[in-house]
Amino acid sequence: MKEYTYSEKKDTRSGFGAGLQELGRTNPNVVALCADLVGSLKMADFIKENPERFFQIGIAEANMMGMAAGMTIGGKIPFTGTFANFSTGRVYDQIRQSIAYSGKNVKICASHAGLTLGEDGATHQILEDIGMMKMLPHMTVINPCDYNQTKAATIAIADHEGPVYLRFGRPVIPVFTDPNQKFEIGKAWMVNEGTDVSIFATGHMVWKAILAGHILAEKGISAEIINIHTIKPLDEEAILKSVAKTKCVVSAEEHNRLGGLGDSIAQVLVKNTPLPMEYVAVNDTFGESATPDELMEKYGLTENDIVAAAERVISRKRQ
Amino acid sequence: MNPHNKSIEELQEIASQVRRDIVRMVHAVNSGHPGGSLGCTDYFVSLYFKVMNYSTDFTMNGEGEDLFFLSNGHISPVWYSTLARAGFFDPKELATFRKLNSRLQGHPATEEGLEGIRIASGSLGQGLSVAIGAAQTKKLNKDKSLVYVLMGDGELEEGQVWEATLYAPHNKVDNLIATVDRNGQQIDGSTEEVLSLGDLRAKFEAFGWHVLEADGNNFETLLPALDEAKAATGKGKPVMLLMDTQMGYGVDFMMGSHKWHGVAPNDEQLEIALQQLAVKTASDY
Repeated sequence: MKEYTYSEKKDTRSGFGAGLQELGRTNPNVVALCADLVGSLKMADFIKENPERFFQIGIAEANMMGMAAGMTIGGKIPFTGTFANFSTGRVYDQIRQSIAYSGKNVKICASHAGLTLGEDGATHQILEDIGMMKMLPHMTVINPCDYNQTKAATIAIADHEGPVYLRFGRPVIPVFTDPNQKFEIGKAWMVNEGTDVSIFATGHMVWKAILAGHILAEKGISAEIINIHTIKPLDEEAILKSVAKTKCVVSAEEHNRLGGLGDSIAQVLVKNTPLPMEYVAVNDTFGESATPDELMEKYGLTENDIVAAAERVISRKRQ
Repeated sequence: MNPHNKSIEELQEIASQVRRDIVRMVHAVNSGHPGGSLGCTDYFVSLYFKVMNYSTDFTMNGEGEDLFFLSNGHISPVWYSTLARAGFFDPKELATFRKLNSRLQGHPATEEGLEGIRIASGSLGQGLSVAIGAAQTKKLNKDKSLVYVLMGDGELEEGQVWEATLYAPHNKVDNLIATVDRNGQQIDGSTEEVLSLGDLRAKFEAFGWHVLEADGNNFETLLPALDEAKAATGKGKPVMLLMDTQMGYGVDFMMGSHKWHGVAPNDEQLEIALQQLAVKTASDY
C-alpha cells in the first residue's frame, strides 16, 4: 500500500484561486467573471493583479454565462465563478445553448459543490451538477481531489479548447498530491495498485478512499484506488484495465448516485464486461444543514462506507 | 467599410428579394416563422448592405469588424436570406432550410459551421448578454468596431434580458447597439395582452440606456436612426433602438397579426405573397 501523507489541509477552492492567479500572469487571454462571490471563489489575487480582466457581474448568473460565451468571440478565455448550484442548475439553459451547443471556450468554475458546503443546507448543496454537465455534448467535466490538483487542473483547462465544468469545494481537506503535478485532462490517476477491488473515487472522496484502503489492508483486502478527476471524457481504458484484474468495483462521489461518476462507470462495465458494482454516493435525496463531517457521515460518504461497499462487492464477486 | 453600401432604391430591391426568400423557405418545409422575419427584413438589409462594417470572409472572432447577434433566433429565415444575398454562402443553400443535414437549422446554430453565425439562439433572452460579452472583449482588444444585437419585444419578458439591461449601463458598454423589434405581437396574442411591456423608452432610459426610436419598415427613417445610433456610441452609454415594425410586412394577409408568428403559407397563399413581393421568377434561389 502506497503511503500518502500531508502536512496541511487546504480547500480546493483556494487551489482554484492560486491557479487563476498564475493564469493571470501567464495567459493574457484569461478573463474572470464572478457573480458577487469573489471571496468565496478566492479570486482576490487575480483581481488585484489584473483588474482590467475581471468582470463583476452582480447576482445575475444567467447574464454571466451569456457574457462569458460572448467574450470568447475575439479570443478571450472566460473563467466564470460562483457556487456549483448557481453555476449549473440555475443557468442550465444558458450553458446549453450559448456555451455547449455553441462550442464556446468557457470555463465554468464551481465552488461549494456537494454536501460539504455544510450549514447553508440543501438549497445550496447541489448533488446533481455532474449529471447535468456531463450530459451536455462538448462539455468536459473535472472534479479534482485536493488543493494541488485543483490548482493544476485550473491551469490545464486554459489550454483546452472548448467548454469545461470544473468542480471544487468549500472545506479544508488534506493536501496529498504533488504540488508540481501536470494535470492531464481525461487521464485517470493511479493512487494505489491492488488486486481485490477497484475503488474509483472523485473529488473529496479520493482521500476517503485512501483511508478506506488502509482499513481494507488491515483486513487483508488489497484495494486498487484510482482517482477519476475527469468524469468526462472518462478514462475507459484505465477502468477496464483495473477491473480486468479486480473483477469488482466501488465508485465514490459526493453527488447523487443517479447521474454521477458511478453511472458513467456502470455504463462502461455494462458495455464491456458486466461486473458487480457498489455505489458510495448520496441516495437520491437532498442534503440538510450541519457540519460537513456530520453530513458526510449521515449520508454515507465516509471511509467506513467505502470499506463496507468494498466488502459487499467482493462477496458478490464470490457468489 | 460595408462591402455593399447600397442606395435606398437598391436596398428596397434587395428587401423584396429577401422577403421572397423568406416565404419560399417556410413554405417549402411548411414550418418556420415568417411574421417576424418579414417585419425585420428592412433592418437586416440595412445592416448588411449599408450600415455594418464587415467582411464576407467569415471568421468567428471578427476582429476589426462589426458583429451582429440575433437573440430572437426564430426569425432565422430573414437572417439566412440576408447572409446568403450578402455573399456569406450560396443562396441555393436556402433551399435546405430545416431539412435533414442542413446548415440552416430551424434556429441559428454554429454546430454546422454556417458562415455569419457566431452563437446559437432560439431559447429566448440570451442574446443581449452574449452581445455585451463580445463588446467587452472588443474593448479589451482595443477593437473600435461595434456590436449589434436584435431582440424581439415578447422576448423582453425573459428575466435574463433585465440582468443584461442593468449590467451594460453600469459598466459603460458603449460600443453596443441593441435593437428591439417592437411589433407588439407574440405567440399567444399581443404583447400588451400577454404581459404588458408598457413604456419601453421610459424603462430603458430609467436603466441608463441612450434610447432611440424608428419606423423599422421605412428605409427613409430607419437608416438615419441607425446613423444616429452609431453616432451615440462611445459616449459612456449603451444604445437601444426601439424599432416599430409590422409583423408580416410586405404580405398583406400576414401583416399586423400574431397568427403568422410561426405558420407557413400554403401553395395558394405563397403565390399571392410572391405576387405582392414583386415576383420575378418561379423560383429565384
